[in-house]
Amino acid sequence: MVTNTPTGIAERPAKPAGTRRTSLDDSRGYRVFRVVNTVVLLCVAAVTLYPLVTIVAQSFSSELYIRTGQVNLVPRGFNLDTYKLVASDPAFWNSYLNTVVYTVTATAISIVLTTTYAYVLSKHRLKGRGLLIGIAVFTMFFNGGLIPNYVLVNGLGLTNTMWAVVLPNAISVFNLLVMKAFFESLPAELEEAAAIDGLSTYGILLRIVLPLSKAVLATMVLFYAVANWNSWFPAFLYLDRSDLFPVTVYLRNMIAGATSATSVGAVESNAVAISANIKAVTMVLTVLPIVVVYPFIQRYFVSGVMLGAVKQ
Amino acid sequence: MTAQIREPATTAAPDPGEPPRTPKAARHRSTWRKAFKRDWQLYTLAILPLLFFLVFRYAPMLGNVIAFRKFVPGGSIYGETWVGLRYVKLFVNDPNFWEVFGNTMALGALSLVFTFPLPIVLALLLNEVRSRYFKRFVQTVSYLPHFLSIVIVAGMVMQLVSLEGTVNQVVRAFGGDAVSFIQEPGWFRTIYVSSEVWQTVGWGTILYLAALTTIDSQLYEAARIDGANRWRQTWHVTLPGIRPTMITLLILNTGTFMAVGFEKVLLLYNPLTYPTADVVSTYLYRVGLVSNNFSYAAAIGLFESIIGLTLILSANAISRRAVGTSLW
Repeated sequence: MVTNTPTGIAERPAKPAGTRRTSLDDSRGYRVFRVVNTVVLLCVAAVTLYPLVTIVAQSFSSELYIRTGQVNLVPRGFNLDTYKLVASDPAFWNSYLNTVVYTVTATAISIVLTTTYAYVLSKHRLKGRGLLIGIAVFTMFFNGGLIPNYVLVNGLGLTNTMWAVVLPNAISVFNLLVMKAFFESLPAELEEAAAIDGLSTYGILLRIVLPLSKAVLATMVLFYAVANWNSWFPAFLYLDRSDLFPVTVYLRNMIAGATSATSVGAVESNAVAISANIKAVTMVLTVLPIVVVYPFIQRYFVSGVMLGAVKQ
Repeated sequence: MTAQIREPATTAAPDPGEPPRTPKAARHRSTWRKAFKRDWQLYTLAILPLLFFLVFRYAPMLGNVIAFRKFVPGGSIYGETWVGLRYVKLFVNDPNFWEVFGNTMALGALSLVFTFPLPIVLALLLNEVRSRYFKRFVQTVSYLPHFLSIVIVAGMVMQLVSLEGTVNQVVRAFGGDAVSFIQEPGWFRTIYVSSEVWQTVGWGTILYLAALTTIDSQLYEAARIDGANRWRQTWHVTLPGIRPTMITLLILNTGTFMAVGFEKVLLLYNPLTYPTADVVSTYLYRVGLVSNNFSYAAAIGLFESIIGLTLILSANAISRRAVGTSLW
């Protein structure tokens, strides 16, 4: 059967497997299927990675090769000038710093609100619990819509402040339900014992429950932090001053073709051509933190999604 | 239970001033008082989150009254005077609205047709992989797009379909002429749906893969003894095993049918592609926030929200009736 796996990738690990179905009854057709399957999955992986690799390759290439469509997987005319150019743009660093500040603030607020509410909702003895859950869950299926939200944020005087970005989406009901499910799974005896020892509800939450919840808290921090890092529309909608823009809005304006980085590029002779480079570099620098931590955080996300699905 | 829910939102502070009208009401009040005495600290923990929901979720819901009221920017967020159904009539008679409504349905339907079944297929293929390392590699790679900002995704899409991008390189290699895809209304749906698939297919497999591991291996034994080959095992054991997951996700997908990726359309469309790309949410964005017709846009938005709610409620009801699975 090993001879039937020309890719060489499926054959090596085939040994430790044989979990559910033994390899003894592999029909010829099934062995063919497994080869095809491996090839198909390799194609899926390749197609998924291709756009990212292209952007990275372009970020190191000179503009001439990009303009003539010669940069796909490997940089052509390798240089670091574009990185230097982008790194010398104070507007870029300013927006990058904004993104960091917004992400940290929003995540902190979200964690506090989500944790406290999820803890309240996890207490089955609580009178009015059904109503409190209903208040949250209903917002998953019906929302005020763009215009009333905009009018509200305007009316509260939050436009052109960080709070317009940070507050309106502070609680994700999905994350709330994940945390609630986790708190419900904790043994009640621990909290009862702590209560008998004279700890208040706040004390129990801070000193007993939260230290036991580090894993789910980490998951929540990641969920919120990644969402905030990637968010652009609230900032685009509520912030007019370019010194407040997060890097996603900076990038969006660049892609839409009206931004400060083209003014950086305009120093060179050909602004249009350079902007293709600059776009690529800005995109790479924007996703870099995510891609770097991604392999480590991915399994927390997966477990979070599973935890959220438990209730179904 | 109903009585408990019907209690007003006094969870944080039950009103002691109201006199008891019936013995029943008196009993309720005293149990509330007891509950509050015992759990007041828990109720205080709920205050800030409740404030969030009231201000940033329920106040905008009420804010939809401006769909029936004259709204003056800078005035009350709930408008000035009643105008009845004026704005509703306006959009019902607006041919642009029906065009974007049709576009929304088309994009929503196409997305559903591709993004619902493809994760199932991918999960089934991954399930047949015996090498743990290879499986994990494909999973890790295919989840990645889920973590990228939509701005990055839009940037990459535009790069790929640009005149000198990869797609046009392939077109030229086959002897065709380069197409400016991003400016062609005829290509917008293809671009939108394929990028949607690229973004969601890997992440969509997670719940299916979890469901697949819960299928009892004895069922496969039994099927094999009955002479079922791999294909029949998949058809008669695997697929029924993940059916509840499929239905749950189908309900959720249907519920978000109308809310086609507003942000992505906003990033990818341009006036040239409006004929196919403009959807209800982008149209109301332009009407409301670019042209400042807040009330008109709010009427459209309310209509959209109600359709969304109706869709998810009916999908849920149908699936409960037909297959006995529902979200709640």
